[in-house]
Amino acid sequence: MSALPRTVTRRRRGVNLAAGVGITGCVAAALAPLIALMVFTAQHGATLLSGNFLTHSMAGVGPLAPGGGIYHAMVGTLEQITLASGLAVPVGLLVAIGITEQPVRGLTAAVRFLVDVMTGIPSIVAGLFVFAFWVVGLHRGFSGFAGSLALAIIMLPVVVRTAEEMLLLVPRSVREAAWALGLPRWRTIWSVVIPAARTGITTGALLAVARVTGETAPLLLTVGNNSFINTNPLRGAQASLPVFVFSQSGSAFDVAVRRAWAGALVLVGFVVVLYLTARFLTRNRKLG
Amino acid sequence: MAPLASWRPARRRRGDDALRALTITSGVVVLALLCAIAGFLVVHALPALAHDRGSFLTERQWDPDSSHLFGVAALAFGTLLSSALALCVAAPVAIGAALFTTQLAPARLATALAWAVDLLAAVPSVVYGLWGYYFLLPHLVGVQTWLSRDLGWIPLFADPHGTANTFSKSVFGASLVLAVMVIPIVSAVSREVLAQADRGVYEASLALGATRSEAVWHAVIRPRVPGLLSAAMLGLGRALGETIAVAIVIGSTFGIDWHILTPGGNTIAANIANRFGDAGAIGRSALIASGLVLFGMTLLVNFVARVVIARSGIRERSAT
Repeated sequence: MSALPRTVTRRRRGVNLAAGVGITGCVAAALAPLIALMVFTAQHGATLLSGNFLTHSMAGVGPLAPGGGIYHAMVGTLEQITLASGLAVPVGLLVAIGITEQPVRGLTAAVRFLVDVMTGIPSIVAGLFVFAFWVVGLHRGFSGFAGSLALAIIMLPVVVRTAEEMLLLVPRSVREAAWALGLPRWRTIWSVVIPAARTGITTGALLAVARVTGETAPLLLTVGNNSFINTNPLRGAQASLPVFVFSQSGSAFDVAVRRAWAGALVLVGFVVVLYLTARFLTRNRKLG
Repeated sequence: MAPLASWRPARRRRGDDALRALTITSGVVVLALLCAIAGFLVVHALPALAHDRGSFLTERQWDPDSSHLFGVAALAFGTLLSSALALCVAAPVAIGAALFTTQLAPARLATALAWAVDLLAAVPSVVYGLWGYYFLLPHLVGVQTWLSRDLGWIPLFADPHGTANTFSKSVFGASLVLAVMVIPIVSAVSREVLAQADRGVYEASLALGATRSEAVWHAVIRPRVPGLLSAAMLGLGRALGETIAVAIVIGSTFGIDWHILTPGGNTIAANIANRFGDAGAIGRSALIASGLVLFGMTLLVNFVARVVIARSGIRERSAT
């Protein structure tokens, strides 16, 4: 707070000071949960985290028994988010290219609005849709792939939004230069615009992955849970880290709750690494 | 991007035709996906609605599989109540934090704060739930006791059964967990909104002798109220659909109860997560019907928020 002239009344000084203190307090209030959550998760998760925990599944581990691990859940989560990214990133990129590079009067604004609306779809609704459409509707049953479909629906708007931002950051003059050299539009996009925006698009994709990695609700309805290692994402229920944490936390037994915390720590660690990688890639430019 | 459209090639090229087709297809795909979501939910909700012995929108009980008596009233009430309370806590804090980041903090600190708040948005929902149950709820017992004793004359904090001073899953705890989860979204959007305030007007106010708080209020906040409101509404949309964290920290009762400190409460999303595994055919169909109601609610909230944003000419950016 800069020094105020003497003519400013005490009341106005007071309001000014109170506002500054209040706003600073808001920052503290917003950050306190983050710190409390990180510290608490690290404290509780670290007690069980070990090489053994990371390399074993829950096969044959009874509800009261200690031991077991998250290997099966990590396999499931990695497969599910890889498949989800494989679906959502190309489609999202195409939609973003459509919006930014080849606007069609009326349609583009509508698509942008629909994508915004899609951002607001609750993840559980995406899960219900995939359950109704794929799991039951097409009689495919629970599978890792069904989960990826739900995750892809959640990822899609995030990918479109960030890719759109990144494509718009490429200056118009760069496109004009390519056109002046005689490149057709599609060639300009492929060889000039996308390479220029590549880092930003990667960042957007990583942020989208970070967001869906922790999604639990849609997986409950589409993938189910499994205490055994199932490496085939196309057939049968699969474990995943978030569902593992959720199911273990629901137990009344201390050993299971400790497993939940250790799983939560791995999950948070994974998401934080993804997030920091994404931010590190674009550290020198402004992103949202 | 109207400017890009101004350029026309001398002759038509196959690649550019494909590009145009791509734009149209992608638009159709997004629209078709939204329609398919609504369509499939409706089709799969119908069997339950046909079996319902109560009135789906006004019945409070939830027993679709044996007595076929179920309705979404209590769940929708719990969803709206917990989300509204969460927003009451989150919106001022989030907007305050956004004000600090855009107006008070030096550039480096502002970037670091923006990162930290965005990181808060990336923490998985299930971890919030776990943290809420094992860390927040035990710490809230004291607050609940105080609220019910000293502010019990407010109906919301009344404690008719003398249960407020015990460790319990309640709407109060769920709302606070939701508030923590919603702060980053509201804050990120508010940051965008506030960053677009006219710097010149702000500086002019200072030059005319306004204190910093007065300048911020009149030149930054007042002109951006619609944007801030829609930021809060986007947060509300997120809170309405939040599932796992709420499922862990809220009770599982089916009543319309304004006493947020007493054990109990439920939301549409939490009920789906808790009951889906054990539900029979009609039970699942009924849960899908409740999901449809949730979908409608979030769609409405997001729609209004987006329209307000579009009207006030703000491009909200960060979606995570």
